Amino acid sequence: MPNAKILMTFPVTATSHTLADYRARGGYAALDKALRTMKPEDVTREVTTSGIQGRGGAAFPMGRKWAVVHPNDGQPHYLCANADEGEPGTFKDRWILENVPHLLVESMLIAAYALQVRHAFVYIRGEFDQPYRRLAAAVEEAYAAGYSGERILGTDFSCDVVVHRGAGSYVCGEASALLSSLEGKRGYPRNRPPRLTVRGLYQRPTVVNNIETLSNIAWIISNGGEAFKKIGHEKDPGTRLISISGHIERPGVYEIEVGYPWRKFIYEDCGGIPGGRALKGIIPGGISTKILTGKEIEPLTLDNPSLQAAGSSMGSGGMVAIADGTCMVRLLQVLVRFYHHESCGQCTPCREGMGWLHRIIDRIVAGEGRPEDIERLYQISAWNDGTTICGMGDAAGYATSGILNKFRDEFEYFIEHKRSRFNGTLECLRSS
Amino acid sequence: MKHLIPEFEKVKARYPAGFESSLVLPCLRRIQEDRGFVADDDIDGLARYLGVPRIQIEEVLSFYEQLRRKPLGRCHIAPCRNLSCSLLGAERLIDHLSRRLGIETGATSSDGRFTLSTVECQGACGSAPVVVVGETCHGDMTPEKIDALLERLP
Repeated sequence: MPNAKILMTFPVTATSHTLADYRARGGYAALDKALRTMKPEDVTREVTTSGIQGRGGAAFPMGRKWAVVHPNDGQPHYLCANADEGEPGTFKDRWILENVPHLLVESMLIAAYALQVRHAFVYIRGEFDQPYRRLAAAVEEAYAAGYSGERILGTDFSCDVVVHRGAGSYVCGEASALLSSLEGKRGYPRNRPPRLTVRGLYQRPTVVNNIETLSNIAWIISNGGEAFKKIGHEKDPGTRLISISGHIERPGVYEIEVGYPWRKFIYEDCGGIPGGRALKGIIPGGISTKILTGKEIEPLTLDNPSLQAAGSSMGSGGMVAIADGTCMVRLLQVLVRFYHHESCGQCTPCREGMGWLHRIIDRIVAGEGRPEDIERLYQISAWNDGTTICGMGDAAGYATSGILNKFRDEFEYFIEHKRSRFNGTLECLRSS
Repeated sequence: MKHLIPEFEKVKARYPAGFESSLVLPCLRRIQEDRGFVADDDIDGLARYLGVPRIQIEEVLSFYEQLRRKPLGRCHIAPCRNLSCSLLGAERLIDHLSRRLGIETGATSSDGRFTLSTVECQGACGSAPVVVVGETCHGDMTPEKIDALLERLP
């Protein structure tokens, strides 16, 4: 049974987030190794060799993103760690920020060295209060210890780490929107091309990486890209932090080796579904990934190749378990209300489409649904696919059509009988 | 906001030169923390201080959920209404709070003590349902626990 650990390698205590504890666990040795024994391009080569894919949702190979930036092209480059963790159901980056912020800081500094970045940013969502305090304290500790700032560890490499707080906006988790926000503007996503690695923050080459993805860098530098590649799935190496919530006995953040069996994860590690109820469905990687039914999930493994073959993806690792008896019409209402609320309003299909989806679902739930509403929901979802600047329009469409495909009969029942097939609540409390 | 300028200068020192525009969000957050909301003269003062157009600050203010132009009640209570919390009783919790405080979501009690809002996912779903009180996220909430929490508020 694969169960390698890269991130959750220590017991969480009252002081495990501090520099003293981090150093006692061998912290900042990878930064020292990189700065003293490796050239920037050696670091990038190890990261490329590791085959690590982004953990924020899009699963883009990290090495390929980095390779676009030329470290010595004479212009400023920026690194931005994306701590705008806002995909509903996802709370794994919070775990890193609260429990091992120095791992992120060290990994960022190694990345900054590889990309020859003078200023590295962490964009952290405004709602993250405790994670912000932990991270800000860690950055100050790193400055005081000479790991950050001018001439790090006595070498020629200097890098400032800036923690920048958001102020409440889902779309700012999208990399280009995040940079717009970091420039002091509305968090509007930008059209690509140009890629952000060509023209990003203030029109300079910028790498935006997820917190969990970045936090693997220290391990990759200590142990080598080849060693990383041996962990997990050959096409999707490493481990993943999975945050699981909803109708599950033991919610929380778990580190699993990529390729871990679903059945074992849900029923053994997480204790199964409360009250011994059947598993109706799983949203595997944040609400924007397509829902899978309990039956579909059974034979699968926790990796992108397995989930993609089943029509979904690991997304952001934000898993939501849904017990039998949950009303899927009401559930979709919650999701669509959220997308409507969060649409930034730049693109017509998303701005208007989210409102239409929301009003139709509200109408169905109020017992005023019309027989043609199901086809309308499908149509609006399809209109959004590929017609908006960022992926939010597509994501809302996937979530909607995903639920309609698998639970269409519940929508038909609701429209015909003007009430839920179940008791209409979403709630299913744990036994404890 | 003038009295905050020495603090803003310290923040500015960490950013690269020419990043004045990037300070809009951190400065607005600090102003709001200080005054409880962002007033007209804050916008004027900040536009002058950073050398950014006033309209940019207005746009930012109207875009981000956490920024506000009017004060809230003394205690801001905001249960999450997103999926994981809804699956574990958020709807019942919101109804309970609304009844208990005698206000609809989005409203402030007539004595100015409580403002009740709802928030979207706080990224704390492992302890759903959550209620944000002020800046602090409280997990594993039940009507009984939220009542006990309300008793302790000013």
